[in-house]
Amino acid sequence: MIGIEHYVVVSSILFVLGVLGIFLNRKNVIVILMAIELILLSVNINLVAFSAELNDLTGQVFAMFVLTVAAAEAAIGLAILVTYFRTRGSIAVDDVNRMKG
Amino acid sequence: MDLAASLGLVAPEIVLSLSGLVLLLLAAWGGDKGARVISVAACVALGGAFALVAPSVCTGASGPDTVAFGGQFRADAFAGLAKLMIFAASGAVLVVAPRFFERLDSMRAEIPVLVLFAALGMSIMVSATDLVTLYIGLELNSLSAYVLAALLRNDERSAEAGLKYFVLGGLASGILLFGMSLTYGFAGTTNFGGIAVAVSDGLSIGQMFGLTFVLAGLAFKISAAPFHMWTPDVYEGAPTPVTMFFASAPKVAAIALLARVSLEAFGSQAGAWQQIVIFAALLSIVIGALGAIGQQNVKRLLAYSSINNVGFILIGLAAGTADGASAMLVYLAIYVVMTVGSFIAVLLMRDADGNAVEGISDLAGLSTTRPALAWCLMALMFSLAGIPPLFGFWGKFVVFQAAVEADLVALAAIGIAASVIGAFYYIKIVKVMFFDEPADTVKGAADTPHWALLAICALLISPLGYLLTGWLGSLADMAAASLALAF
Repeated sequence: MIGIEHYVVVSSILFVLGVLGIFLNRKNVIVILMAIELILLSVNINLVAFSAELNDLTGQVFAMFVLTVAAAEAAIGLAILVTYFRTRGSIAVDDVNRMKG
Repeated sequence: MDLAASLGLVAPEIVLSLSGLVLLLLAAWGGDKGARVISVAACVALGGAFALVAPSVCTGASGPDTVAFGGQFRADAFAGLAKLMIFAASGAVLVVAPRFFERLDSMRAEIPVLVLFAALGMSIMVSATDLVTLYIGLELNSLSAYVLAALLRNDERSAEAGLKYFVLGGLASGILLFGMSLTYGFAGTTNFGGIAVAVSDGLSIGQMFGLTFVLAGLAFKISAAPFHMWTPDVYEGAPTPVTMFFASAPKVAAIALLARVSLEAFGSQAGAWQQIVIFAALLSIVIGALGAIGQQNVKRLLAYSSINNVGFILIGLAAGTADGASAMLVYLAIYVVMTVGSFIAVLLMRDADGNAVEGISDLAGLSTTRPALAWCLMALMFSLAGIPPLFGFWGKFVVFQAAVEADLVALAAIGIAASVIGAFYYIKIVKVMFFDEPADTVKGAADTPHWALLAICALLISPLGYLLTGWLGSLADMAAASLALAF
């Protein structure tokens, strides 16, 4: 029997993978965008699983909002990435160092 | 509460969203030629929203009459006061932005529209009493802000600032959202009132995780240490009017939101979040003060200064009382004026060709070459440092007073000690301006709107500002009372 704990464990693993994907990745920025997407999707698993568990629709409505915002966020992220590539000619993470910090 | 009454309560947001959409269409049709007209129209829309919010602040609106859409949204005096600061700061940005971008030949019609949508998002944030509303408002603000940071498409630093802001902002939203999903799952509702009931007899381990993640996500948004690392880079790289926007309005919105989440939703479990807020406050004050010391760029220095100030504001929140919330609002109001003033002074730093100069060494000898600018900047720096005759001192005084009354004497003592370290780099700027050999780089012509805004800011933070303390204090008290009534 698969209970709520299983869902929460899976979504927590996906969340941690997403966060590690942002910090450990030294290759290119597209991977970071994918990692952010992974985090948002792990949250959706949580929301839908809790919604079914609690017999409450709010979580599923919330998940719809998250999906919509994630689409907008991906569009803006890719647009910024294109601008960045035009000025620098590279999207390698190690090259994002014009300013120290 | 019926739909008509709810719509009446969100009137300022309706004004902003409708005018934003109409101006977006105008921008798409008219192209960049109409950018000036659209800026003016956006300012008028912000002014209209300001006028609609003002009555609720003056009367101290609170209680069930302020709740709209079945508990999704609350238009009380607390939200109102935060909205007034947000709209005023956004308006100031719209006044200075066109001249800055026109000089770089990159004034686009979408800039005022983006500022308008960001202001709408912040306005929803401060009124949110449900996690869903909170998330929508926060993202509407963040998504507009990412684009604003990357506006100068041909400038490497601006594109890099946009990219960094986007990646770290996306991570922050993810952390916040994960916390909200846990809170929803373990409290059974997304409504702040419902969460308050669910946590009233102790936090479960799941709720504890939810609260911690939510606070971490919000700490990113207010650039509180240890989640501050994006701030200096984004502030340096973004176009200066946009930096001025980031340092003022979104700070107000995110801090008001943080206060609402901690005091309304988790108000009964103050012990749980107080430790986190105290830790973030102390670390922000120390990192803000120490990090600024070696900086050579004025915008980077002001970024560390904003981290430092956020720490002092969090002391007010850490008190966890109505007095603390009121002190926090007073500090925020003074902070917005000081920040807007400082960035306008930075905007006035231009060389003979009208290009922006940002180095601290370029300020050398400013008192002989541009005395008016030097004196204004000196007043702003002393005020940021919290030196008594200036109004910045009052903000620090009220938050420390609230902390001491809430038995957080150690926190207040460390805060005062760290603010002395912070004073070092503010005074260093004054020293460079008044005692160094003139570098003679700042000589660009000034224009009237900048001077008018700078004069207003300088006047408000001058000792004359103390005439406002009674009025500002009573508004903040009413706002904090409207918040505390939610318990």
